[in-house]
Amino acid sequence: MSEAGYTPAEIMTIAAARKLKNGTVCFVGIGLPSAAANLARITHAPELVLIYESGTIGAKPDVLPLSIGDGELAETADTVVSVPEIFRYWLQGGRVDIGFLGAAQIDKFGNINTTVIGSYEKPKVRLPGAGGAPEIATAAKEVAIILKQSKRAFVEKLDFVTSSGYYPNASGNGRPGSRGRGPTTVITDLGVMRSDPATRELVLTAVHPGTTIEQVRDATGWQLKTAPHVETTSQPNERELSALRDLHARTAAAHGNAATAE
Amino acid sequence: MREAVAGLVRDGDAVALEGFTHLIPFAAGHELLRQQRQDLTLIRMTPDIIYDQMIGMGCASRVVFSWGGNPGVGSLHRFRDAIENGWPTPVEIEEHSHADMAASYQAGASGLPFAVMRGYVGSDLPKFNKRIQPITCPFTGEVLTATPALNPDVTIIHAQKADRRGNVAIFGIVGIQKEAALAAKKVIVTVEEVVEELNAPVNACILPAWVISCVSVVPGGAHPSYAHGYYKRDNSFCKTWDDISRDRQQFRAWMNRHVLGTKDFAAYRRSIESEMKVGHV
Repeated sequence: MSEAGYTPAEIMTIAAARKLKNGTVCFVGIGLPSAAANLARITHAPELVLIYESGTIGAKPDVLPLSIGDGELAETADTVVSVPEIFRYWLQGGRVDIGFLGAAQIDKFGNINTTVIGSYEKPKVRLPGAGGAPEIATAAKEVAIILKQSKRAFVEKLDFVTSSGYYPNASGNGRPGSRGRGPTTVITDLGVMRSDPATRELVLTAVHPGTTIEQVRDATGWQLKTAPHVETTSQPNERELSALRDLHARTAAAHGNAATAE
Repeated sequence: MREAVAGLVRDGDAVALEGFTHLIPFAAGHELLRQQRQDLTLIRMTPDIIYDQMIGMGCASRVVFSWGGNPGVGSLHRFRDAIENGWPTPVEIEEHSHADMAASYQAGASGLPFAVMRGYVGSDLPKFNKRIQPITCPFTGEVLTATPALNPDVTIIHAQKADRRGNVAIFGIVGIQKEAALAAKKVIVTVEEVVEELNAPVNACILPAWVISCVSVVPGGAHPSYAHGYYKRDNSFCKTWDDISRDRQQFRAWMNRHVLGTKDFAAYRRSIESEMKVGHV
């Protein structure tokens, strides 16, 4: 806890939750995206539709799921469909407004890696892999990514592109075959980056209170560009903070403290 | 259960133990280990603790998957050790995305040679998995992605209940079980209980007896996973697994004591419960 009265993880989750508008359809990754999406749903966006890849549509969990397929999601969903159906009709069919993902590594064009650190054949660290992300990243109308900012995570060159953002190619069209707009927003514990509509490169548009632009640059593995006017994220309000803390407290109680502390 | 595995699963088979983070067939996986099946191709969208156990015991030569982790906890240490260091034996991996594996099971269940999807746009995965190929739509000329059908030799799933005739009902997160079962040459189902009548709504997820090779009753057979309407997931076990599996010798000792050293799943449950109570797992 900083003297500000909240942690970097809390402001990250709150800043991410604010990006989700009421009434939109959100395909949610597990972990940080799920915490932010549920915070949005229990604060300013009660009609936010949460879709998890386990087939739960309109899930309204009272505690954060530990896995993508917790019983809580099924019990609170409007409907539960099979895994092929969720990917084919609902995601590939173009019914998802925003895909909300986490990542181990990200580059300046919002490409993300959740597969390996090191080479694919002889990885230094074998990560879990793709899951639903490659298709969420390209089929959702837009994508938001949430992860902690550091030089290890924000890299000039990814070890592996699991799911694409904007990848420069010969034709100059960075997204052949992709139907959504790709990653528009990246939210971290230090600030917010947005994709420049012309160059597609991530540009720092906001820093969280008490964070400097220099600090964000120092935690980024490429020359991070900044918007002409970098805003400061507004302070978390009492309602946001208490809703988030209650959510984590309920989650910890339900999962026997097995949940992450984010 | 013992007879089902003995009669239906052979060394070298491609075996899918499915259950998308729900109804994971742990009891059946343990029986494969007790009977020391070797050289298996293990297919599963989400290899988690059960495949960590099977890979760490050396029964897999190949794993086909789309996400490998211990949900909410972290890495699968045995899975990673096999891929990163070849321990206890090198394991070949064939890696996909969820949307792809779901579509490939559907193709397998549909009697089609491949699945078509909009997938992997800009991803590096097709560079390393030659079973992901571009295909041109004959009607629009659009380039899409094709992946071959999945047709396991044996699919094994856990479900809530069967009736006396062997019809099986699955409730809650139904995942990929129906497709994985209908794509397979042989199907083994373990259930929580047998009832006189399923009394299921007409649109429920039902596998009729005549598509199933064998049904076995194993109460709690998904533990530490959960069975919707019966019991919750054992989150503390999933967390404890992170410690048990971190060290090779500790892992082997644990598996020998609790899985290979017990005659069935009920004995295994008693074995781990007595140990967890005294607090040194």
